[in-house]
Amino acid sequence: MDKEAIRRALLRIAHEIVEKHKGVEALCLIGIRTRGVILAERLQKNIKEIEGCDLPVGILDITLYRDDLTMVSTQPVVGETHIDFDLTDKKIILIDDVLFTGRTIRSALDALIDFGRPSEIQLAVLIDRGHRELPIRADYVGKNIPTSLQQNVQVILQETDHKDDEVIVAQEKKES
Amino acid sequence: MMEWERHDLLDLEELSKEEIELILTTAKSFKEVSTREVKKVPALRGKTVVMLFFEPSTRTRISFELAAKRLSADTLNISSQGSSLVKGESILDTAKNIEAMNVDMIVVRHTSAGVPKVLADALGPSVINAGDGCRAHPTQALLDIFTMKERLGRIEGLNVGIVGDILHSRVARSNIWGLTKLGAKVTLCGPSTLMPIGIEQLGVRVTYDLNDVLKNCDVVMVLRLQKERQQEKFLPSIREYAKMFGINQEKLQTASKDILIMHPGPTNRGVELSAEVADGPHSVILEQVTNGVAIRMAVLYLLLGTKKDGAEE
Repeated sequence: MDKEAIRRALLRIAHEIVEKHKGVEALCLIGIRTRGVILAERLQKNIKEIEGCDLPVGILDITLYRDDLTMVSTQPVVGETHIDFDLTDKKIILIDDVLFTGRTIRSALDALIDFGRPSEIQLAVLIDRGHRELPIRADYVGKNIPTSLQQNVQVILQETDHKDDEVIVAQEKKES
Repeated sequence: MMEWERHDLLDLEELSKEEIELILTTAKSFKEVSTREVKKVPALRGKTVVMLFFEPSTRTRISFELAAKRLSADTLNISSQGSSLVKGESILDTAKNIEAMNVDMIVVRHTSAGVPKVLADALGPSVINAGDGCRAHPTQALLDIFTMKERLGRIEGLNVGIVGDILHSRVARSNIWGLTKLGAKVTLCGPSTLMPIGIEQLGVRVTYDLNDVLKNCDVVMVLRLQKERQQEKFLPSIREYAKMFGINQEKLQTASKDILIMHPGPTNRGVELSAEVADGPHSVILEQVTNGVAIRMAVLYLLLGTKKDGAEE
């Protein structure tokens, strides 16, 4: 997936979000650190071009809600969560780059519910690579990329990686 | 970013600059948790943290306890009164019995220097030093440094004055280690009887003139005058100390208008700090307390993720 394909996918998702919700009332965008935040900001920009208004964007770090914290050998770095609006009765679009096992999203849902009681939470992802381990699915998908477990999907974004946007599917499994 | 590998936190002396910075960055993320409506994250669910305090404490103990609770750990308080220590059990035996009940971390404060180190060497759970004698109080120094960094944006190149009873202050010693590692210039000030001989070897400047500190520093950390020391004839009188080293509005006239006044608490109002300064616009004393919870959450989080094998030499 190249730069243009990513741009078009995000534009389509923005249209789909607005269409589905018949406007932007009570909508909020929440990006999951790190790349979900960039995608959330781009969607905010796209929606502004369509509907002419800025949706609030929040940043969610899910590290403290991970289900494997007791299994990792060293603690993962905790990023800042920054949600400066009340989530109660809001319609939340949760945004991440790659949907894989679904465990990140499970953590994110737990975290969001600690912040309030949204009326609805939907999920938007750039890539759905399959292999779910939990009953979770995305409402908006940029592209479905069927992968094997040995493969590694990497999303490169200008803002975080200082290179042109790209989605790379590598053959060998990343050491983790 | 670097990975945290240490199993115990005994002192800032042993930490690298990068380790200190990792704690500060992690604490920044944790600070937000305490501002939420639901002040709790599940990161340390199922872990048990024991507070073993052999010396009185309000701030530090409550701060550790809140930090552990906000991370969903279970906490247990043991003080020397009311425990078997009064019956003559040794500290090590008490600690080993606690360990036998499968706890994950022991936060210890003791009047003797080195007790946390002895426990860390003998026990499996992580040990955090919450103050040992006149030696070290690492989490206090970390929260002080965090507060300075949050207020002033940097540590490197800052001029930090520490005023008061340096001789008996573990807070001063830990701050000296931490601040000099991060590139701050530290000036110590206090009566000559309360200034340890040879302290300059730690890379600090010593002065006996409070005005010198107030004029040249970005931050002044005021230490509690430990009144019990008065019995030991370190000072002619508390009144004289207050006159020469106490900070009041009038003496602050010569200071930079952006100077930060810090105090690790508990404060003796009217001795080392006048009430108007303690409550005034320069004082960040209560911010220090707020930040203390975030720092301790960061330390608990980082330490509880490590295994003993990795840390043992």
